[in-house]
Amino acid sequence: MGIDTKSRGTRLASFDLTDFPMPTGREEEWRFTPVRDLADLLLDDLAAEVVVQVQGPLGSGVTVEVVGRDHPAIGLAPAPGDRVAAAAWAAAESATLVTLNAGKVEDGVTVVRVIGSDGSTPARPSALHLAILAKAGARGTVLLEHTGLAHLTQGVEIVLEEGADITVISVHDWADGSIQAASHRVRLAQDAHLKHAVVALGGALVRLTEQFELAGPGASLDALGINVTDSGQHHEAQLFVDHAAANCRSRVAYKGALLGPLARSVWIGDVLIRSRAEGTDTYELNRNLVLSKGARADSVPNLEIETGQILGAGHASATGRFDEEQLFYLQSRGIPEELARSLVVHAFFAELIDQIGVLGEIKDALKMAVDSKLDQRSNHNQRRSQ
Amino acid sequence: MTTLEIRDLHVSVDTPEGDKPILKGVDLTIGSNQTHAIMGPNGSGKSTLAYSLAGHPKYRVTSGSVLLDGQDLLAMTVDERARAGLFLAMQYPVEVPGVTEANFLRTAKTAVSGQAPPLRAWIKEVAAAMEALRFDPEFQERSVNEGFSGGEKKRNEILQMELLKPKIAILDETDSGLDVDALRVVAEGVNRAQAATGAGVMLITHYTRILDYITPDFVHVFVAGRVAEEGGPDLAARLEAEGYDRFLSAD
Repeated sequence: MGIDTKSRGTRLASFDLTDFPMPTGREEEWRFTPVRDLADLLLDDLAAEVVVQVQGPLGSGVTVEVVGRDHPAIGLAPAPGDRVAAAAWAAAESATLVTLNAGKVEDGVTVVRVIGSDGSTPARPSALHLAILAKAGARGTVLLEHTGLAHLTQGVEIVLEEGADITVISVHDWADGSIQAASHRVRLAQDAHLKHAVVALGGALVRLTEQFELAGPGASLDALGINVTDSGQHHEAQLFVDHAAANCRSRVAYKGALLGPLARSVWIGDVLIRSRAEGTDTYELNRNLVLSKGARADSVPNLEIETGQILGAGHASATGRFDEEQLFYLQSRGIPEELARSLVVHAFFAELIDQIGVLGEIKDALKMAVDSKLDQRSNHNQRRSQ
Repeated sequence: MTTLEIRDLHVSVDTPEGDKPILKGVDLTIGSNQTHAIMGPNGSGKSTLAYSLAGHPKYRVTSGSVLLDGQDLLAMTVDERARAGLFLAMQYPVEVPGVTEANFLRTAKTAVSGQAPPLRAWIKEVAAAMEALRFDPEFQERSVNEGFSGGEKKRNEILQMELLKPKIAILDETDSGLDVDALRVVAEGVNRAQAATGAGVMLITHYTRILDYITPDFVHVFVAGRVAEEGGPDLAARLEAEGYDRFLSAD
């Protein structure tokens, strides 16, 4: 296994499943993933078993419909970048399409609930396709929620027309044992702005691949991510930010906390500034907080620059253990160890949650979801130490 | 009436070269309303004494005992010591990004007193203490010590002393790095806190300057990990005139 020296821009992308050979686990895009756990999701006979419910504002800003794959609004985003994403596309005969209508400002949140089984029977390998289309000048927020038990490969295409400005938040709070591959494929036209956030809390394995193509001049992307990963969980995010037009801006910030001894997280941040992408301004950051011996966080930033005519390009990556001096300071003021740890972990995420939660209700919901995961952990520790 | 009794305390620190003894038999007793100045040259072990009393994991007690009102302090965790009434104002206070000062103070007060303080009274108390220590109210919303100047960090330690009302307060070089105005503000805060609570104070310092503002009842000269000489406030005046050379040459 060597370092991949080929440009990220030359990696295979295709809508045709047969173009992708079966992964062995040695490929660049698979080398961090337990491929065996996803083997069922690489085939072409997937079911459509999970339930999708959409709840949203009733105004004229948003239209929700189930459409065939041949609908003109489907398939506009960049092609799948690996076999598991192509399998989701191959199996999807229909798609749930959320359209944010042209020139409309929608203040409410459109909630798309992806619901697995209740766990009474094993989850069958399934596929699902969602599409979010923001027409020219549209504004709004779409929240994707994932709960229940699932074994799922999911395609999410997000297309922003000229001047659209939307927020898409994807929260992965699956039941224990769930396995999900999700392929977010995003295209931004001229002067469009997307705030995209993923929050991985549950499941045994959540592997997100996120392709962002800044296709029109002046497009702007904020890509944010949080993972709270406990022992036995694998949370992975592979990003590809493709600066394909001039004067675009991208900001990537992902943070993860690893709680238990067998917790595993992977973050790969590929940024490509193509030769025509003059005036690019990009920065990506990944930070991991390791709270337990034996947990492992891989963090791989990668910046390719094909033109010198840019405003700025940078990256930062750091994986740190819990700071013992902070712990001592807080404890020396009477604060018990578990509470001190919890304060520091909340602080670690606070700024990012504020950034994601433009809307108060989403911020509160995210805080509660992260808190509840952290509290489970500290209760668990307290029981163990008694 | 509180008593902190330190008896024949020996403390080592782990270094890459192995176990290094720092404290070599410290004896000291501090009672309520008393102020003990611990003076001595750099490297004599003054800070080691402060941090090992607070329970910093870097320091290992190899023998001796420390009793706070008869309770074995050394058997307690760091937070238990604080809840038992011990407070350490650190020489280098730690930054805690993302935790606001207001949240930190309230969480610490709740932990130390065993219940959340009544909200309205607490808000008034914090505001008054901050004003007395020349803190702008906006500091409550800032992260603990993050981006604070050296003087602000020291004042923040004394703010915590005033609000947490310890029985015994150890001030580790609280005077270092302060200009004369900041020194006076900090010293007034210590005196105010002591007058209000009757705390016993262990004032660790290299210089006599702070003793112009906080009058010690006892002065202990610390050399090579133990108390080499003890006396009243007049001993500080002698140190001011003579320095520590007398003790170092005898070592």
